[in-house]
Amino acid sequence: MQHLRAGRTLALATACVAALTGVALADPDLTAELVIDGELHLVTRAPSDDVITPNLPERYSGFLFRDPATRDMQMDDFENPAMLAVEEGEGLWSTVEGTAGQSCQDCHGDAADSMAGVRASMPHVNGDGVLWSMENYVNNCRTTRMGAAEPWGWNSAPMRAMTSYISMQSRGMPVNVAIDGAAAPYWEQGREMYYTRFGQLELSCANCHEDSAGQMIRADHLSQGQISGFPTYRLKDQRVVSIHNRFVGCVRDTRAETFAMGSPEFIALELYVASRGNGLSVEGVSVRP
Amino acid sequence: MTDVRPRIRLPRSAAAGDSIVVKTLINHDMESGQRRNSAGEIIPRQIVNRFTCEYAGVMVIDMTLHGAISANPYIEFEAVVPASGDFVFTWYDDNGEVYTSTESFTVA
Repeated sequence: MQHLRAGRTLALATACVAALTGVALADPDLTAELVIDGELHLVTRAPSDDVITPNLPERYSGFLFRDPATRDMQMDDFENPAMLAVEEGEGLWSTVEGTAGQSCQDCHGDAADSMAGVRASMPHVNGDGVLWSMENYVNNCRTTRMGAAEPWGWNSAPMRAMTSYISMQSRGMPVNVAIDGAAAPYWEQGREMYYTRFGQLELSCANCHEDSAGQMIRADHLSQGQISGFPTYRLKDQRVVSIHNRFVGCVRDTRAETFAMGSPEFIALELYVASRGNGLSVEGVSVRP
Repeated sequence: MTDVRPRIRLPRSAAAGDSIVVKTLINHDMESGQRRNSAGEIIPRQIVNRFTCEYAGVMVIDMTLHGAISANPYIEFEAVVPASGDFVFTWYDDNGEVYTSTESFTVA
């Protein structure tokens, strides 16, 4: 027992020395390039700035923190299992539902035109001055315009399929969320949350994703927590997961009562986290472990 | 179970006698039979338990799948194409349903 404890102390000491002396960590792999089907190059590194990410040397997509097998899966649209959700979303786009007898397509036409850039600017302040995520916009259309009986659940299969399909229309476009004007107070709220310690473990987002990006959290690699790749096919969950679903997972892991998916708190946090990735490419639908 | 939509990818072309890479993906929950619902009851197993591929009437691959295969199984294999013909892919579901997809392939 004594021997074991000594060993652990030594390992800890080594880790500290490594951190202090700036020894290169295994992550991120800055040599990795994200090229879809050998054609479409996506930006996975973007310059930091003093306003949004003063504590990051550079912005890295979560892609750079994943192992080669996972990266390969994302780089081939056939092997990327999230494309199943995209296909499902494409079907829903033209499916008539509700009392108005209309589908998304009837108003918005070809998603490739009308939805291009939407993911890149979400969340976005709506006409009433309220910050909305893409899910809010989808459900607003369903309930007020289509006359659908029920809004989709934030994390329901059709919602995940629809947001996957819409996100794909922005693939390759740089994330560029507005943080000024009407969005400013939401952004401030999101930033406040990002640096607030939650839960019994008293961890803030920044503790892991800013202070410790590139290190291990148990058996997984800590990324910067960028959301430019969402919705993402999570191999662990064997399905596409939404941004808020991931937020719930993180907050729960701090042993806190989490906010609900779709809550104003998480929408504000989504805006702040999205802004930390301004300049990175929207990856459409990514693959993560 | 949502609609099952098999996806197939074949190379654009090949010479007679070539070995080509065949990729298949099907959306399926692959419910393992190990999980419980919120009421504590076992969710019955429902997986794709067998996958076959025939080319021009000849069996290329016949595989048995078990409970530990992830959702949306991706299957990749090689097939020799001596002449032009049809690929017939078949997935067998635990619930008795059979999903079939056919792709014609032409050799140069």
